Amino acid sequence: MEQPNKLGYFGDYGGRFVPETLMAALLELEEGYKDALRDPEFKSELKRLLSTYVGRPTPLYFAKSLTMKYKGAQIYLKREDLAHTGAHKINNCIGQGLLARRMNKKRIVAETGAGQHGVAVATIASLFNQSCVIYMGIEDMKRQAPNVARMNLLGAEVVPVDSGSKTLKDATNEAIRDWVTNVETTHYIIGSTVGPHPYPKLVRDFQAVIGRETKIQIKKQINRLPDQIIACVGGGSNSLGMFYPFIKDKSVKLTGVESSGNGLNTHLHAATLTKGKPGVLHGSFSYLLQDKFGQVKTSHSIAAGLDYPGVGPEHSFLKDQSRVNYVSVTDKEALSAFIELTETEGIIPALESSFALAYAKKIASKLPKKYILVVNLSGRGDKDLANDEVASLINKRLEARQKKGRE
Amino acid sequence: MNNHLPISISSAFEELRKNNKKALMPYLTAGYPDAKTFILLLKEIIKAGADMVEIGIPFSDPLADGKTIQSSSQIALQNGTNIDEIFRQLGELEDRYKVPLIIMSYYNPVLQYGISKFLKKSKTAGGFGLLIPDMIPDEGIAIENKCRTSGVDLIYLLAPTSSALRRKLILKRSQGFIYLVSVAGVTGARKSLPGKLNRWITQIKKESCLPVCVGFGISDLTQAKSVARVADGVIIGSAIIDIIKKSSGSQEAVSNVGRFIGKIRKGMDNVKS
Repeated sequence: MEQPNKLGYFGDYGGRFVPETLMAALLELEEGYKDALRDPEFKSELKRLLSTYVGRPTPLYFAKSLTMKYKGAQIYLKREDLAHTGAHKINNCIGQGLLARRMNKKRIVAETGAGQHGVAVATIASLFNQSCVIYMGIEDMKRQAPNVARMNLLGAEVVPVDSGSKTLKDATNEAIRDWVTNVETTHYIIGSTVGPHPYPKLVRDFQAVIGRETKIQIKKQINRLPDQIIACVGGGSNSLGMFYPFIKDKSVKLTGVESSGNGLNTHLHAATLTKGKPGVLHGSFSYLLQDKFGQVKTSHSIAAGLDYPGVGPEHSFLKDQSRVNYVSVTDKEALSAFIELTETEGIIPALESSFALAYAKKIASKLPKKYILVVNLSGRGDKDLANDEVASLINKRLEARQKKGRE
Repeated sequence: MNNHLPISISSAFEELRKNNKKALMPYLTAGYPDAKTFILLLKEIIKAGADMVEIGIPFSDPLADGKTIQSSSQIALQNGTNIDEIFRQLGELEDRYKVPLIIMSYYNPVLQYGISKFLKKSKTAGGFGLLIPDMIPDEGIAIENKCRTSGVDLIYLLAPTSSALRRKLILKRSQGFIYLVSVAGVTGARKSLPGKLNRWITQIKKESCLPVCVGFGISDLTQAKSVARVADGVIIGSAIIDIIKKSSGSQEAVSNVGRFIGKIRKGMDNVKS
């Protein structure tokens, strides 16, 4: 059966739990999207921009050195880090920006965690001449400072959010509040496969280009499908975009990697599907980190883009269906994968993508050499150099190198 | 009226109509500024003439609320407020059946507590109405049925952005009364209300079999009087929380809120509709 159904449900998950004020806009968006899909001009404009502006298709790269280092499965990287603005987020933003233009909404609001979505939104707002307001937790503004500067330069207004956890969850609350207030003139570009219907479907559809390209590319390169695909899961847009075109290919194992932060047995993690329980946050019913009274817990991850206590409803569905296997790795494991990819392949990955790489590292050496692993490299890591832990790691390595040089 | 018998929302409106009065419905965040003062405030506003009281169950992510109610919710949660504690406190209140209480909660706390258990405890504590700001009729069938069985009214909100089709849906499905959201936006005191508001209220009243109460943004006597001229009830939230916030100490908060509600009561009663 086609997912989601008419009411926006993926099995038991999804739906629309929103203030009534937003319903007009959600229904308008749903209609607007259906309408756009029937319009050949919309499709050709989207295709043209994805190719000539975003730089798609992004390459599928065989990481030979990394494969040799881990001594096992062959590792391929889907290079979303090479898309314009440096992450997969732009795929969704181009699509939604075009939709907003069709619906004659001249003002865009969005939330951002790592700042990659915020940068992508600010970029398309500049491209389509829309005014743009981005909500970002003050905690994230600190750890992703370079992206704040980029958004400012692109002409977006970045509004610091200091309520609650001061990260992605509360930035999303603020973006929704803005949208409720200015709903008639404003389109909300949600950054992940979360939120009320039709957003989880909309974002998935715009991101599915990742998986579609991967399928064509891997067939062209090795003439078969991969054995396993790995992607990190925060809200879940890069992973769903990658997985969705492979859902029906049962031979392909799909693995979503959550952030277990300081460890699953601590309070400091963001492993929603592993440790959460279904509940309602930001307009949809899905797995959620919460206490017994239904208060949403604060998540933790070194990767701002994974630091979210909820997850997209389709992931909850895929978990219950056992179609996707959800695992988690710690901040520490992700940091070492971050360094290893940089040193072996000359690619600085986003901290978010480093969680997927860390899981690949964990399993690669136990797998046979003919086994094909595809890792979705959802973004590049330049933005993370301002992160305290990354900066101190770089310093430590520099000191070690200098010491070695002196000896 | 016997003060110790529970009265439903509909009988409260019946009584008001007989006396040619409009409902005054203040809002309090449970557990704010602290558990004890919350109860003192509740008693005081009932004494000062509230016809119904909306009690907000604090939630970590109140996305339909503006800064004022957000921060009151955050403080209440930091104080350790939870649903068990709120229902226990309300249940011990002698005045609880004098006026119906409307429990306001986001959906997740109700869902996690167990809808049926929540409704049962609510009713026992005097909560005859349930208002869920992130619940729309499209998602509400299951909870509506449970509300009907439990004798608790599920009140839907109607927004200025609601289409004619949605308006019909909400008017048909809401129980107790219709909560009219005065402006597109979040809760919070506003300097002025939309010019077209009273025309809209009049229109909805023509179409609705239930009383129509207006909330969001009403912060002073002039606005309350203007709305009371056409609506069946006036809901005041953030303005009260602001008064509590600005008061120094529990005693002052209670007397300031009491005076404010008393003033609104008197002003509304002098309004000719």
